[in-house]
Order: sequence, then C-alpha cells, then structure tokens
Amino acid sequence: MTAIVVDGLRKSYGAVEAVRGVSFHVETGEVFGLLGPNGAGKTTTIEILEGYRKRDAGNVTVLGMDPQHGGRKLRERVGLVLQEAAVPPRLTVTELVELYRGYYPKPRPAAEIIELVGLGEKAKERVNKLSGGQQRRLDVALGLVGDPELVFLDEPTTGFDPSARRAAWEVVRNMRTLGKTIVLTTHYMDEAQYLADRICVIAAGRVVAEGTPETLRAHTEQRTHIRFEMPDGLDASAVPIALTVEEGVATIATSTPTRSLRDLTTWAVAQGLELPNLEVMRPSLEDVYLELTANE
Amino acid sequence: MNSGTLVAGQVVFEQKSFWRNPGSAFFAFLFPIIFLVVFATLFKGSTAPVGNTTVPYDDYYIPALVAFGVMGACFTNIAMSLSIRRDSGVLKRFRGTPLPPWALIAGVVGSSIIVSIILVLLTTIFGIAVYSVHAPQHIDAVVATVAVGALAFCALGMAMTIVIPNADAAPAIVNAVFLPIVFISGTFFPVPSSSVLAQIAEVFPVRHFINAMFTAFDPAHQSSTGFNGTDLLVMAAWGAGAVVIASLRFRWEPNKV
Repeated sequence: MTAIVVDGLRKSYGAVEAVRGVSFHVETGEVFGLLGPNGAGKTTTIEILEGYRKRDAGNVTVLGMDPQHGGRKLRERVGLVLQEAAVPPRLTVTELVELYRGYYPKPRPAAEIIELVGLGEKAKERVNKLSGGQQRRLDVALGLVGDPELVFLDEPTTGFDPSARRAAWEVVRNMRTLGKTIVLTTHYMDEAQYLADRICVIAAGRVVAEGTPETLRAHTEQRTHIRFEMPDGLDASAVPIALTVEEGVATIATSTPTRSLRDLTTWAVAQGLELPNLEVMRPSLEDVYLELTANE
Repeated sequence: MNSGTLVAGQVVFEQKSFWRNPGSAFFAFLFPIIFLVVFATLFKGSTAPVGNTTVPYDDYYIPALVAFGVMGACFTNIAMSLSIRRDSGVLKRFRGTPLPPWALIAGVVGSSIIVSIILVLLTTIFGIAVYSVHAPQHIDAVVATVAVGALAFCALGMAMTIVIPNADAAPAIVNAVFLPIVFISGTFFPVPSSSVLAQIAEVFPVRHFINAMFTAFDPAHQSSTGFNGTDLLVMAAWGAGAVVIASLRFRWEPNKV
C-alpha cells in the first residue's frame, strides 16, 4: 500500500518557483529520506504534505486524503515533528504530553512515550528548564503521542550530540518496527544511510535521484578510492598506477577497483614493500549526494 | 474527542501558562492592583465630576479600574501571548494536531475571562473594604458589561496580533496603542466629555467600557437599570469588527524574514 503519492507537484512564492514538478511515492511501513540542500524545495514539499501550504499544481495524497482538505481526520493519523517548532514553556513534560494526548482518539500512554524519547527522569520538569536537545526530544514525543500511522520528521536530530543522535535513531528504528511510515529530512548522510529504506534527493525544485541508499551509491560516476600511506623514500612516479599524493597519503581513484588493487599489490609485493594503512573505500552516500547537488 | 473536554483542557493549559509566567501574571494581574493603590492614595479625598454631578474620586476610579483590569487580562494578555507563541512556532505546532482552531481560541478566551473575573472581584472588594466605595448598584449590569467588554477586548487582542511583526515588538506595539487610549479615555482621572481628548476617545471602545462600568456601579444613583445601551453597543461593534478582521487575517506561523 502507498502512504504518500506526489505527482507533478508545483509551488511558487511570487516569481520564485520553489518546487518544479516533483513526483515520488512513499510506501506504507518504510522510512523515506527526503534530502536536498537548503532552498531546494524540500521544506516546501514537506509543508504541503503536512497541510501547511497550498500547492499550485499537481496531485498529492497522504493516507489517501488530500492534505489541503484532510483536516482533523487526517491530522489524527499523522504525527509532525517540525524543523523549528517550539513547545509551550510553562508546563511540565508530563502535563504537556497529557494535553496532547487529549487531542487524539487513541493516544499512547504518557509514561511510555516519555520513556521512549529518554525523558523519564525529566517527566516532572518544566519545559523551559530542559536543554535544547531535551526540548527537541519532547517535540518528538509530542509527534508520536497520538500513535500516528505516518510521521514527518523534519531534521529531527539537528543540534543533538552524538549519543543523543544514536538514541534518536533507535527511536526511529523502533517506530519502523511498529509498522509506522516515516518521512525523514536530514542534512546528515550517515543518518539517511542508517535509517532510510529509500532516499529521494531534491535539488533546485526537482527530484534528481531516487532509490535505496545502496542503488544511489552504485549509480554514481564517483569512483572507488584505494588509499595508503606513502612509504618513506618512495616516489609517486615509481608506482605503475596513476595516483595523487596529499600529505603523505596516496589515493588511486578507480572504476575497476579489483584490477587496480591487484596491480598495486602485485607491484608492491614484487618490490618487497608493505603499504601502511592500505584501504579500499566505496563512494559514500555523502560523496554521491554532493555530486548530485553540485550544480546548485 | 468531546468538544467540552477539549476546551476545558485548553483552559487549564492557558491558566497554568498564565500564572506560571511572571511576565503575564505581573502585567495583567498586579498592574491594575498597583494602579489602584497608587492612584487611590494620590487622589485621596478628592472628587470627580461625572455628568452633572460629583462623586468621591474612589467611586469614579474603582469602576474604571475594573474595566482596566478586564482590558489588560483580555486585550494586552492575548495580543502579547499569542504573538510570542506565533513567533516561537508553538501556534504552528498546535495547528498540526487534530485540536480544532476554535477550541484553542476558546481556551485562550476562557482563560482570559477567568482572570478578568478574579480581577473584577478583587478590585471591587478592595475598593469597598479599603476605600469605602459604594458597592455596585446593578449587579446584572456589571456582569453584562464585564461579559461584553471581555469578549470585545479578547477579539481586539486577537486582531492586534495581525499588526505585530514579531515577539520582540509585541510589548512596544501593544502598549503604544493601548496606554495612550487608556489615558485619554479617563481611566485614571476623569476627562470631561466636552474636551477634545474625550471626543477623540469617544471613537475607541475604552471610554465606552469605563462609562458603561461606571453606569453599572452607579454610585450616585443616576441610572434606573445600570445599563448603558450606547456604550455596550459601541464596544460590541468594535468586538464584532475585530472578530471579522481576525478571522480573515490571523496568522498561525512566524513571519518569514
């Protein structure tokens, strides 16, 4: 089943065309990563799906409804974690979660949802006494309290320290295990790589690539890198394969890594050389992403 | 969700937010009380001309301050708190939940009315106990005037947020509009109806509110019913206009820079 269908979506602000014919679909139960540089039309697209903006053209359905007219029925089934939304400051964590529980027909228990985002020890604390990261986690809790089928997470871990980010990733993984559909935007490629089943890259208002993280990494012009530390006294011109040396580290960029590696190691063994810190690196999602969005 | 439960939940939320915030609790609640003490002490023993007669200053001042308290709890409080919430994204976040917008507004208005009622009672009792003012002659008229005034000034507070660009500007803009009108309307000392200031003030709802409240308190027994139809109508008209403007132009999201 399809949770979200976007077909030929367009949106302009005055003379600026922010979204220029974007199409994609999100399957039920998957984590869908929407990536793109700032100003690419990513937030506009998300906000149209969330029901905050009206589209100029194209078809959009979210859980089978038009988000522009879905109203309360749709919002009961969708959880939002907005990029810059604040939470009311004067209530305690539990009070706020209880308030939000009252908005939904089948909310999850407050204690469970507070525990899920790791705020169990802060349950009786006022919101304005929490750190920025803790407020953000509370924001995530409020997005999940209604037990939504579909969750939008707009840059959910921006500003998190590494351990908080790991914890948040586990929350998202758990949500996926529960069968939730998740639309995630992020600027962190490791996050997209770790969490997303499929990724859609938007640049300049258009979809420039779509697929699993693995297919995106496979369909790239970026080449595999073979790296090692240049042994003392070895000159680059002595190596029979084209390479570049930067700060003592040699890099061979190749589209045939098996052959290049064999050539390199055969030569090194014949010379009686050990190549320190030898490694083979596939292009990362970040390399691919930078290539895809380079024309910005 | 049951509508009554939703609104009750919002009122409780608003009450907690109000009383736990030193800023709003001070400006909306303590301000009128402080004014009461300061002005009553300042003008002790003097009299105020009202219409064709003269009443002790305190008898003029208490009804005026009752109206002032309601305006602060409704207009100032709503204009400021909603601007701040809009700017921080709190309103946008509420808008993304199934909570209907009318329920959120009902919570804000209901909470402001609760604060208003407390202020009306406190000011009146304080006036009677400490400054020996006459008890209100027409309780029904006081209730009606507070109701019309509170609703009208809640609507005006909502409409006011439309011209407030961001949270930082909220206190300056609200006070720049509110305080001059409060002064020329005779809140702190009577402004004779024949004066230019009063003529200007006649246009705005504040003077009508004070006048209606004075008529309802009626310390000199000038009115048979305590109701001043014209004043109530002018206030209601301002409120209705504000409702129309707010429903057309109210913003839930921060201004894009």
